[in-house]
Amino acid sequence: MQQVFKRPVSLKDVQTHFCPGCNHGTIHRLVAEAMDEFGVRERTIGVASVGCSVFLYGYFDVDVVEAPHGRAAAVATGVKRARPDSFVFTYQGDGDLAAIGTAEIIHAANRGEDITVIFVNNTTYGMTGGQMAPTTLVGQKTSTSPYGREHAKDGSPIRMAELLAQLGGVAFSARVAVNTSRNLMDAKKQIKKAFRYQVEGKGFSFIEALSTCPTAWGVTPIQANERVGRELIEYFPLGIFKDTADWNPQSSPTAPVEQPGALPFPEFMHEI
Amino acid sequence: MSQRLFVKGNEAVAMAAIEAGCRYYFGYPITPQSDIPEYLSRELPKLNGEFIQAESEVAAINMLLGASATGVRAMTSSSSPGISLKQEGISYMAGSELPGVIVNISRSGPGLGGIDASQADYWQSVKGGGHGGYHIVVLAPASIQEMYDLTMLAFDLADIYRTPVMVLADSVVGQMKEALLPNPRPVTTLPEKGWAVRGRKEGTPQMIVKSLFLGDGELEAHNWKLHGKYDVMREKECRQELFLTDDAELIITAFGSVARIAKTAILMAREAGMKVGLLRPITLFPFPAQAFKEVTGRCKKILDIELNNGQMVEDVRLSVARDAEVFFYGRPPGAGSLPVPEELFEQIIKHY
Ligand SMILES: Cc1ncc(C[n+]2csc(CCOP(=O)(O)OP(=O)(O)O)c2C)c(N)n1
Repeated sequence: MQQVFKRPVSLKDVQTHFCPGCNHGTIHRLVAEAMDEFGVRERTIGVASVGCSVFLYGYFDVDVVEAPHGRAAAVATGVKRARPDSFVFTYQGDGDLAAIGTAEIIHAANRGEDITVIFVNNTTYGMTGGQMAPTTLVGQKTSTSPYGREHAKDGSPIRMAELLAQLGGVAFSARVAVNTSRNLMDAKKQIKKAFRYQVEGKGFSFIEALSTCPTAWGVTPIQANERVGRELIEYFPLGIFKDTADWNPQSSPTAPVEQPGALPFPEFMHEI
Repeated sequence: MSQRLFVKGNEAVAMAAIEAGCRYYFGYPITPQSDIPEYLSRELPKLNGEFIQAESEVAAINMLLGASATGVRAMTSSSSPGISLKQEGISYMAGSELPGVIVNISRSGPGLGGIDASQADYWQSVKGGGHGGYHIVVLAPASIQEMYDLTMLAFDLADIYRTPVMVLADSVVGQMKEALLPNPRPVTTLPEKGWAVRGRKEGTPQMIVKSLFLGDGELEAHNWKLHGKYDVMREKECRQELFLTDDAELIITAFGSVARIAKTAILMAREAGMKVGLLRPITLFPFPAQAFKEVTGRCKKILDIELNNGQMVEDVRLSVARDAEVFFYGRPPGAGSLPVPEELFEQIIKHY
């Protein structure tokens, strides 16, 4: 009998602390699968950020450095420069990366640090109780935008995947979602591609994963998933915003095989 | 034998870092320390090292945190306003027990202040400049030779105690040129860096560098552990210079650049027949409290001189014998406020 579904070895066999319906666990799994497929676990150094995903080391079976809030990209820069043979990834929320850590992410990206950044955008500060984030949608009510985010007063949500794609140092930038099985398959594919960039030493790769926060949004897990498809993807289109690599199929024995039947991932694909 | 060189204090720091095996530097430009990154940006690439001009001091200290977490020797340098920005990272490094060397060629403040020699960062340096109640080792060189020697020592102490170490100087010591004997790195037994993250090989434990401790009692135990290390440092690592203190009726205490000026004033006083000496703390943390206690067993007058409104004097008062008197003379930093020896000589006459 063939086992077709199992826990990635890069993930520990533990229960997560994430709320029901939160996508952090799913995204963790996709990242761990990519880690397994490229066989990089033993040389991976993860950089945890401050937010709901702070316990990265509790779930990933890899060495981890915990960064101060927002500073993961700078910490990862130090790690990668000191140990260029390691596989270095950061895992950051939208408050961490797109507010307090904006300077660090932009400059690490612009320097073209050979790292992979997993950016989880749930349009709110989950860990601190659902305050307004730089990604909060206009009109969205949060605990610090009780009347809804106002464009005039609070600005507009930042589209990080597009913003970073402008920078010369960025090799790959894509936005994915895990709200439907189709999007999930695409997300996995893009995460693997982001990994491949670093495995082949091809530069800074960035994945923005749209995510849910049923607790802070005040909705059920199913409603939260529906909101991703209905509202988030509308404003944060899924797609690849930069893809610079000129792959040599011979160059990487570890390169993942394209899955037969996987759907092409169009630019600016809207999932409803 | 090494050749005598004629170099700037800042260059001596950079040379010592390389001699100490530091190959990673992260920093952001600021006067009066930019000679350090300039030197290292030239030399580190030749040694297969990495030099990054970071986007800010915040980023630089966090790059140091990341590099240091992998077990390599790494450093950053800045001056007061930049050191303020690094405090978050220093607190995290102290909490995560990460070694690392931070050089502060301090300048005057508060705020943008000016670029003149200043000792107004004493409190920030020795009392735990960031949040959470920690200490870092603080070394205060007063000569170009000490800029070199203490920078090498800083790397060793950082590794031995798994702590950030600061070299605290000012523009006088950073910018002036003196003779330097670039001695080879001293031979020291250093602990293995078994805690470093290098990728978890099968069959080896997962390494986690962190300062978050949420389990019941975990953080309290961690804090006791850190403070236990500070006690060991207090016992084993205090360093000071005693100059003509044996027969002194008045002992001046001063650190760094102003101690050099005080020395000249002391020699003037000796020539005038006054028995004056100098106790110069070299480690500001751990503070050489025992040395103060010992000298004030006999000499009952201490004159503390600082380039600020009175900071180290608090630690001096806590350290001296109960019946000793402590006087203070300070010049808050700024253009034109560096005292000349004659000015300090007057203070000696006043308090002798
Ligand atoms: C310097 C600093 N400021 C604020 C905080 C408090 N804080 C912790 S997590 C967080 C935001 C987390 O939100 P996000 O990055 O979006 O991640 P999520 O929890 O939603 O996954 C904040 C503001 C902190 N730890 N440090």
